[in-house]
Amino acid sequence: MPVLARRIEAAGIPTVVVTMMPDLADAMLTPRILGVEFPFGHPFGLPADPGLQRRVLEAALLVLAGGAVPGTRVDVDVEWPVPVREAYRSWQPAEPSPIVAHMIEQTRSRRESPPGPPGGAA
Amino acid sequence: MRVDSFRFLPRSFRPLFEGARPLDGETDPVWAPFERRLSEATVMLVTSAGLYRRGDQPSFDGDRERREPTWGDPSWRPIPRRTEQGELAMMHLHVNPVDVLADHEVALPLRALDRLVDEGIVGDSAPTHISVMGYQAGGLREWRERTAPEVVEVARGDGVDGVVLAPV
Repeated sequence: MPVLARRIEAAGIPTVVVTMMPDLADAMLTPRILGVEFPFGHPFGLPADPGLQRRVLEAALLVLAGGAVPGTRVDVDVEWPVPVREAYRSWQPAEPSPIVAHMIEQTRSRRESPPGPPGGAA
Repeated sequence: MRVDSFRFLPRSFRPLFEGARPLDGETDPVWAPFERRLSEATVMLVTSAGLYRRGDQPSFDGDRERREPTWGDPSWRPIPRRTEQGELAMMHLHVNPVDVLADHEVALPLRALDRLVDEGIVGDSAPTHISVMGYQAGGLREWRERTAPEVVEVARGDGVDGVVLAPV
């Protein structure tokens, strides 16, 4: 999303990115950032919580309209109201994403493959 | 307070994101000043939740991503402002879709934006908002060369003054 934001911004339209990973957005030179400490999949908060959703959107609009310099970052001071362990489990898909499944498979095959010849010579 | 960017991330993923740097070709700051008053501005939302209109738009391509795990569908879907709860489906293989499907506002707060317009805090909601599928490890080039210019074209055509993007 930082890439898309930067392209839109470069075309002359100001942007703000609402993100659970503001450090990453910051590192990728995102013009305006609103950080939220929410589980992935929930940038505007919980379902059926219009108060929190509005609060995040309003904060994003404040940063959009009021950010003064490139890299403006504001973090929302709201603690996710679900225990971390439960929230951590519930945002993840029922099956690992294809790339995660691929990485798990690669790790497994490295473990199971026989060691190479002594000295590493092929 | 400062948000902990890794609070909900599996520990094994952390090295993938720590020490992140600007991408090649993305090393200079970009900046467009916000010139208007918010109460006179038209705002567009962009979500990366992979949402599409159930029944009249194609899904994002999850089958190809399953076959090619480093590829993500770089296409986009226009989401009309008046889209109602329950009219959107979701194709995103990296997050649990349950909460977004139960309440689209979690990723695409169209009604919250409408209320801010009704109250005069925001000038207007764009007639068209945008949905993409945010996992772009292998689709980034097309995102840059095709998706982004097309999104800009929509925004310009609709007189958008500012864009709120929300990755999931």
